[in-house]
Amino acid sequence: MTSTTTVSGGFIPVCRLDQLEVERGATALVHGQAVAVFRTYDDQVFALGNYDPFSKSSVIARGIVGTRGETPFVASPVYKQAFDLRTGACLDDEGVSIPSYEVKVEDGVVLVGPRLKHPKRG
Amino acid sequence: MSTRKTLVVAGHGMVGHRFVQAAIERGLTERYDVIVYGEEPREAYDRVALTSYYEVGADALSFLPGGQYEDPRAKVVLNTQVTAIDRDAKTVALSDGTTQAYDVLVLATGAAPFVPPVPGKDLQNVFVYRTIEDLQAIEEAAKTAKAGVVIGGGLLGLEAANALHQLEVETHVVELAPRLMAVQVDDAGGATLKRHIERLGLTVHTGVMTEYIEGYTDAELVDEDAEGNTDGKVSGLKFKDNDEVLPVDIVIFSAGIRPRDQLARDCGLEVAERGGILVSPNMQTSDESIYAIGECAAPGGRMYGLVAPGYSMAEVAADHLLGGAGEFLGADMSTKLKLMGVDVASFGDAFATTEGSLELVYSDAVAGIYKKLVISEDCTQLLGGILVGDASSYGILRPMVSSGMALPENPEDLILPASRGTAQIGMPDEAQVCSCMNVTKGEICKAIHDEELTDVPAIKQCTKAGTVCGSCTNILKNLLTEEMEKAGKAVSKAICEHFDHSRQELFDLIKIGKLASFDAVVAAHGTGRGCDICKPAIASILASQFNGHVLDKKTVGSLQDTNDAYLANLQKNGTYSVVPRIPGGEITPEKLIVIGEVARDFGLYTKITGGQRIDMFGARVEQLPDIWKRLVEAGFESGHAYGKSLRTVKSCVGSEWCRYGVQESVAMAIELELRYRGLRSPHKLKGGVSGCARECAEARGKDFGVIATEKGWNLYVGGNGGAIPAHAQLLASDVDSATLMKYLDRFLMYYIRTADRLQRTSTWMDSLDGGIVRVKEIVVDDALGLGAELEAEMAQHIDSYFDEWKATLEDPEKLARFVSFINAPGTPDPNISFTEDRGQIRPVNFDEPVSLGSSIPVGAPQ
Ligand code: SRM
Ligand SMILES: Cc1cc2nc3c(=O)[nH]c(=O)nc-3n(C[C@H](O)[C@H](O)[C@H](O)COP(=O)(O)OP(=O)(O)OC[C@H]3O[C@@H](n4cnc5c(N)ncnc54)[C@H](O)[C@@H]3O)c2cc1C
Ligand code: SF4
Ligand code: FES
Repeated sequence: MTSTTTVSGGFIPVCRLDQLEVERGATALVHGQAVAVFRTYDDQVFALGNYDPFSKSSVIARGIVGTRGETPFVASPVYKQAFDLRTGACLDDEGVSIPSYEVKVEDGVVLVGPRLKHPKRG
Repeated sequence: MSTRKTLVVAGHGMVGHRFVQAAIERGLTERYDVIVYGEEPREAYDRVALTSYYEVGADALSFLPGGQYEDPRAKVVLNTQVTAIDRDAKTVALSDGTTQAYDVLVLATGAAPFVPPVPGKDLQNVFVYRTIEDLQAIEEAAKTAKAGVVIGGGLLGLEAANALHQLEVETHVVELAPRLMAVQVDDAGGATLKRHIERLGLTVHTGVMTEYIEGYTDAELVDEDAEGNTDGKVSGLKFKDNDEVLPVDIVIFSAGIRPRDQLARDCGLEVAERGGILVSPNMQTSDESIYAIGECAAPGGRMYGLVAPGYSMAEVAADHLLGGAGEFLGADMSTKLKLMGVDVASFGDAFATTEGSLELVYSDAVAGIYKKLVISEDCTQLLGGILVGDASSYGILRPMVSSGMALPENPEDLILPASRGTAQIGMPDEAQVCSCMNVTKGEICKAIHDEELTDVPAIKQCTKAGTVCGSCTNILKNLLTEEMEKAGKAVSKAICEHFDHSRQELFDLIKIGKLASFDAVVAAHGTGRGCDICKPAIASILASQFNGHVLDKKTVGSLQDTNDAYLANLQKNGTYSVVPRIPGGEITPEKLIVIGEVARDFGLYTKITGGQRIDMFGARVEQLPDIWKRLVEAGFESGHAYGKSLRTVKSCVGSEWCRYGVQESVAMAIELELRYRGLRSPHKLKGGVSGCARECAEARGKDFGVIATEKGWNLYVGGNGGAIPAHAQLLASDVDSATLMKYLDRFLMYYIRTADRLQRTSTWMDSLDGGIVRVKEIVVDDALGLGAELEAEMAQHIDSYFDEWKATLEDPEKLARFVSFINAPGTPDPNISFTEDRGQIRPVNFDEPVSLGSSIPVGAPQ
C-alpha cells in the first residue's frame, strides 16, 4: 500500500533521543502513518500506533506515561484506556490492542522499524 | 516466514461484516487474505433497522459505505453466491462459475423467512420481509394496492404490518396462535397488544389458519414480473373454516425464519435437529476448517434469531482463529421494543415455567397497560416478566433478574403506576448509576461484593461503569465506601496503586517535605512511575504550592493530562479548543473583533460558552502557538478552560446599568476572576456575582457565589451545576468587599489543601464533619487559627501569577511540543478531517466501520 523508503533493514530515523521528553510521547510520521514514540524514565524507547480505537482519533502520543505494576503504559488522553507500551495491548479491555513497532536508538537517533509480532494473549 | 493464507466468508450480512471487522481490528489480516462473498447486491447493512429504510433510504443503513474495507487485505465481492463447498479440495464454487480456494471458511449465511406451503404462495405481490430489495418491491406494490395482509403475528410480522400501514395500505395481521407475539408475551399481554394495534387502525385476526391465497385470473391483471413469472396477482386470502375471502392485493409472509444451512447440508456438515449448522462453543463446525456464525449457526443445537448473539459468535470465531480461548455460552433473549408506538418487553422466565413460581399481574385495560412479574415461590426473587404498554421499568426489572437480587417487601410496587405505588421502595438498587454503559447500582454493588473490589479502577474494569463520560465516578466511589463499610472493611484512601495516601495526605507530605517534583514525591512516598490518576493530582498540588509553569520539564512537565499539557482542551477528533479569558464576561468591541479575526483566519468553529466567554474549536496542535501569539498580542490571556483551576466568574450587569442592581456586580466579578485566575485546585472552580437578589448570574449554582445586598455582599459556597447539582449555602451575609475576599481566600485555600482529587466544593463540604457549619467555624470564626496562613498562601499565589500562554510563547523549549509530527513538524496529521454544518467546521464523525491502527503497514507484512 505504501511505498517504503527503507533505511537499514526497514528502520526509519524519526528524531534524536534528546528530542523526546522523558515520560511523554511524540508523534512521528512513518510511511505516511502516525506513530507514537515514547521515552520512559529509564530511557527505554517504545513505539505504538497513534490511533486510539476507543476515541477513533490520532492521539496516543499525547497521553500520560506511567506504570501499572511492572508494566509501562500510556493512558489515552481521550477516555483514558491504558495500553502496554511494549505490546500495544489494552490493559482495560482484553480484546483490544493497537500495533506496536520495533524501535532502536543508534548514535542518539531513534529509529522505528516493522510492526512487532507478539505471542498470543489470553 | 509462513505464506499468507486465505479466509473465505460466505455472506456479507450483519454478522459476516462484524466478523471481518473483528478480523481487521485484531490483526487476523496480518496472516490471512480475507474474501467475503455476498449474495445481495449491496454491502452489509443494518437489518435490525430495516423498516427505517422507508424513512432514511439504503445509504443510511449501510455498514460499509463504499463497499470495501480500509484494510486492503479484506476484500468484498457482492452479487455473488457461494453455491457449493468442496471440503476435500478446500474450495467453494461461486455463482459466477468460478471456484475459490480457502484455508478457513466462515459461513455467515444468516436465515431466510419461512414460507409455508400455502397454495398461491408463488403469485405476484407475495413477499417476505428480509432485505432492502424486499422492501423496495413492497413499496412498489403498495402504490396501487388497497389492502394487504401479513401472515404471522410475531415480532417481525408486526414490524412488517407497521411498514405496510405506514405505506397507507389497509393492513391485516393474521396469526395462527391465539395471541400476538406468542413467543414473548402471554395471553393477557397479547390481548393488550392487540387492542393497541387495532386502535391504530390495523385489523388483527388471531387463531386463524390460512388455507390459500387467491389470485386474479383476468388476463389484464396478469403481467410478467422480473423473473418472467406470469402467475396472477394476489386478490385475496382464504381462511380455513370461513367462507368469506379477505380481499387483499399484497401478502407478506412473516411466519418465522429458517437458518440457511443448505450449503452445509450438501457437503455433509452436521446440522442441528431443528436446523442450523451445529457448531462447538468456539464456533467450529464438524469440519475444523469451517466455522459458522450468526443465524445460520446452531451452537449447542440452538439457533438464535437476534443480532447480539450473532455478534458474540463473530467475536468468538475471530478470537479462536487467533488462538484465543473465547467461547460462546448462550445469550440473554430478553427483548424490549417499541412496536407502532407500543412498548413491549419480555424478559427472564416470562411464562412462569419455574416450579412453584407465582405471577403478579397489573392490568389497566383502559390505558392499555399490562404488566406481569414472575417471582419465586418464596417471594424473594424476580424470575421474569412481561410489560406491554409501559415498559419504563424494564431497565430496573431486567437487571433484578440477571443479578438475582432480593425483591423488596412489596414486589407489586414494582409494577404499580407511580401514583398508586405509594410505599417508597426503599431500594434505589435498581437505579441506573452509569447511564453511558447502562449499569445499575445493584450490578455495581454485586461486583464490589462478589469480586472483592477495593478501588474505583477495579469497579470500572469489572463493570465498565464509569468508562465513557466519567460523570458517575463519584457515585462509584460512594458505593464502594458504603459497601466496604457494610462489610466492615477499611476503605483504602490511596489515590492509586502508586501512593498509599489520599490527596489531602499527599498535599501535607509535599508541603512538609518541600518536595518540588514528581520524582521527589515518588522517591519519598510512592512506588513505580505513576499513572494518569496520581500524576495530574500531584501536578495540581505542586502548582497550588509552588505555582510554577505547568510545562516545566523539571517539575511537572510530564505529569499533565493532555489538556494541561497543551494548554488547550482536547476535542473528539484530536484537535483542541481555545478559550481566552474574558473576566466577568465583559469585553470591548475591539477584543471581540480580534477573536472574530483569529477564528476566521484559522478557520475555527466559534461558539459562546455557558461561562460567558467565547470558545474557538478545531485548532490543530501545531496551530496553537500561532493562534495564541495573536491573542496575547491583543491583550488576551489563558482562560484555563483546560485546567482544574478557576474557570470563570459569571456576572450579571449589576447596578451600573440595571435598574434593580444594588452593587456593581461586573466590577466585583472581574476583580474576583483576576484574583483567583490560574489557581490550581482539586477540581475546577467557578464563581458568580449577582447585583441583587434576582440572581441573574446564577451565583448560587457556583462553587462560590456572591449576591449584592443593600449593605454589602452575601457569600455563598459549595454550589455547582453539572451531574449532581447543588445549591451554594450561605457562609456570610452583608460583608464588605475586603471581608468578602478574606473569607474567600481562606475558603478556597482550605478546600485546595484538604479536598480529594476531583472533588468539587459541594461534595467536599458534604464530606467534612459538620458541613457548612464546620466551614463557617474555620473560615469565619478562624477556629483552627489557620486564617492568616491561608490568606498568606493565597497572597503568594496572586503575586506569582503569570500568563501560561505568554510564557510558553517566549520559551522555545516549551514550544517544541506543539508540532504535528516530530519528524515533519509542518505536515498536518492526515487523520484529522472536518466537514461543515451551519456554515462552520465540525469534526467528521468516524462511525462504524472503524478504521483501526492495526491496518497501519510498517515494513513488509510477514
Ligand atoms: C465549552 C463549555 C460548553 C459551552 O459551549 O457552553 C463546556 C465544555 C466542557 N465542559 Fe462544561 N462547559 C461549559 C460550561 C459548563 C457549565 C456552565 C457554567 O459554567 O455556568 C457547567 C455546569 C456548572 C458547573 O460546572 O457547576 C459545566 C459542567 C461540566 C462538568 C460537570 C461538573 C460537575 O461537577 O459535575 C464537566 C465534567 C468535569 O469537569 O469533570 C464539564 C466538562 C467540560 C469539558 C471540559 C469536557 C472535556 O473534558 O472535554 C468540555 C470541553 C470544553 C472545551 O473547551 O473543549 N463541564 N460546564 C462551557 C465552557 C464554559 C467556559 O467558558 O469555560
Ligand atoms: C425486519 C427485521 C427486524 C429485525 N429486528 C431485530 C431486532 O430488533 N433485534 C435483533 O436482535 N434482531 C432483529 N432482527 C434479526 C437480525 O436482523 C438478524 O439476527 C441478523 O441480521 C442476523 O445476521 P446474519 O449475518 O446471521 O444474517 P444476515 O444479516 O441475514 O446476513 C446473511 C447474509 O448472507 C447472504 N447469503 C446467504 N447465503 C449466501 C451464500 N450462499 N453466498 C453468499 N451470500 C449468502 C444473505 O444474502 C445475507 O446478506 C430483525 C430482522 C428483520 C428482518
Ligand atoms: S441580578 Fe439583579 S442586578 Fe443583576 S441583572 Fe438581575 S436584576 Fe439586575
Ligand atoms: S455515566 Fe458512567 S461513564 Fe457516563
